[in-house]
Amino acid sequence: MAGNGKPKFAMYWAASCGGCEIAVLNIGDKILAVDEAFDIAFWPCAADFKVKDVESYPDGYIDLCLFNGGIRNSENEEMAHLLRRKSKVLVAFGSCAHEGCIPALANLTTPEAIFRAAYLNNISTENPKRVVPQPVTKVPEGELHIPVFYDRVRALDQVVAVDYIIPGCPPEPHQIWNVLEAVISGTPLPPPGSTIIGAGKVAVCEECPLEKHEKTITRFYRPYEIVPEPGLCLLEQGLFCMGPATRSGCNARCPRVGMGCRGCYGPLDGVEDQGARMLAALASVVGVGTLRDEEPKLEPLIEEVMETLVDPAGTLYRYSMAHSLLQRARVETGSSAAGGVR
Amino acid sequence: MSATYEPVIVGFLCNWCSYRAADLAGTARLHYAPNMRPIRVMCSGRVEPDLVLKAFREGADGVLIAGCHPGECHYIEGNLKALRRYVLLKQLIRQWGIEPERLQLVWASASEGTVLAAAVNRMTEQLRALGPLRWQQTVLGGDGRPVAAAVPKAEAMATTMPEEA
Ligand code: SF4
Ligand code: FES
Repeated sequence: MAGNGKPKFAMYWAASCGGCEIAVLNIGDKILAVDEAFDIAFWPCAADFKVKDVESYPDGYIDLCLFNGGIRNSENEEMAHLLRRKSKVLVAFGSCAHEGCIPALANLTTPEAIFRAAYLNNISTENPKRVVPQPVTKVPEGELHIPVFYDRVRALDQVVAVDYIIPGCPPEPHQIWNVLEAVISGTPLPPPGSTIIGAGKVAVCEECPLEKHEKTITRFYRPYEIVPEPGLCLLEQGLFCMGPATRSGCNARCPRVGMGCRGCYGPLDGVEDQGARMLAALASVVGVGTLRDEEPKLEPLIEEVMETLVDPAGTLYRYSMAHSLLQRARVETGSSAAGGVR
Repeated sequence: MSATYEPVIVGFLCNWCSYRAADLAGTARLHYAPNMRPIRVMCSGRVEPDLVLKAFREGADGVLIAGCHPGECHYIEGNLKALRRYVLLKQLIRQWGIEPERLQLVWASASEGTVLAAAVNRMTEQLRALGPLRWQQTVLGGDGRPVAAAVPKAEAMATTMPEEA
């Protein structure tokens, strides 16, 4: 492996779906340029490496490590520390590593409820002995250890220092290539320190070709309930769209084809909590509750509209739960009640 | 809940009505619960939702937003915007496991010192009954680090986790 002078490349996956790995292949035949430019030092999804290989490298041996996935268990955390130590540049690649993403929606519930759903009460699971995996199990041959499950999902930079973040679920191929090309050609990257690269700075709305007319709405619709008027802003038609609170860089891919932005690029520059920013935007687009209504009627009228937005926490924080201000729901530990989940 | 628990309410009071109401309550020497930490904002519509969430995260037991009555906002509809945010925020915080009583909104004009004082008194009592929130310590685990989830033993699981219908 070593000794050919090429920079060393690594990619690893923690709590994520694996889509980020595919996204790298989505750069098409440019992957050959990556192979040309880098020496792969660790990429279990693509080539046969073991953790002990990484352990044997000197510190800082890997030049570029793309780490996708959040930190759900002790194995994820150990690998984050190991790869941080062995890498010159560590990149949180994709929404899970950036801000928790879909796995972090579990932060709204309890580990016990998760185990119950995964191993016990699940129509596709046959588990008559009701066996639930334990961190340590005694077998005749000795003790078996598996990773310890944590009480919540964290983003990568909540565990180790991260140099760069490439957002997206998954990151767009042209954005991935922009970054890789810069690294390959030796173009200096911006100063490190959880710096966002491979994305824009403004809201998705600014890349969106759909027209806004400052129209207000009287209720929300789910995507299957109406066919949107082409060419017009989806949010102004009552279709939930995270565009106003979400970082640009995807070229408004979803709104362009009639599906509201789900928010996968995370909050735009200067915004800490994506869901809270979106909530403020929703309050401006809802036109119900005006000065013509009597004071006591206002609240119930508005309530009725807001109730048409199903699962506000899961919708406003679909991707950013782990990095939100509250990070996880308040739940009685040891109880099977799944917090306030509706 | 310790016997010495005193709820902390972060109060966002609009400059033109509710902050003056609080002022009036003071100059009129009204006795009311000293649990609110007032923060003066220009309008209740200025209270971005992240300010409310930040207050909860940083240790508030409750958040009170107070503004002018509908029709009396100095920025015309700032308070209606505040109301719409408040309604959705209330639905949201329930999912985070925060009781809805921990977030309240009251309209109090500059002459309604008693209304504001009564709202603070009522909310203080409700929070006292609910107990402390202490987000950092109880939810994020003190230093913000997660803890290993307590996974019940398989046998224990079999007896303590009955099938859900
Ligand atoms: S459809 Fe979404 S992204 Fe496009 S302008 Fe409307 S809110 Fe913004
Ligand atoms: S100025 Fe008082 S609520 Fe707007």
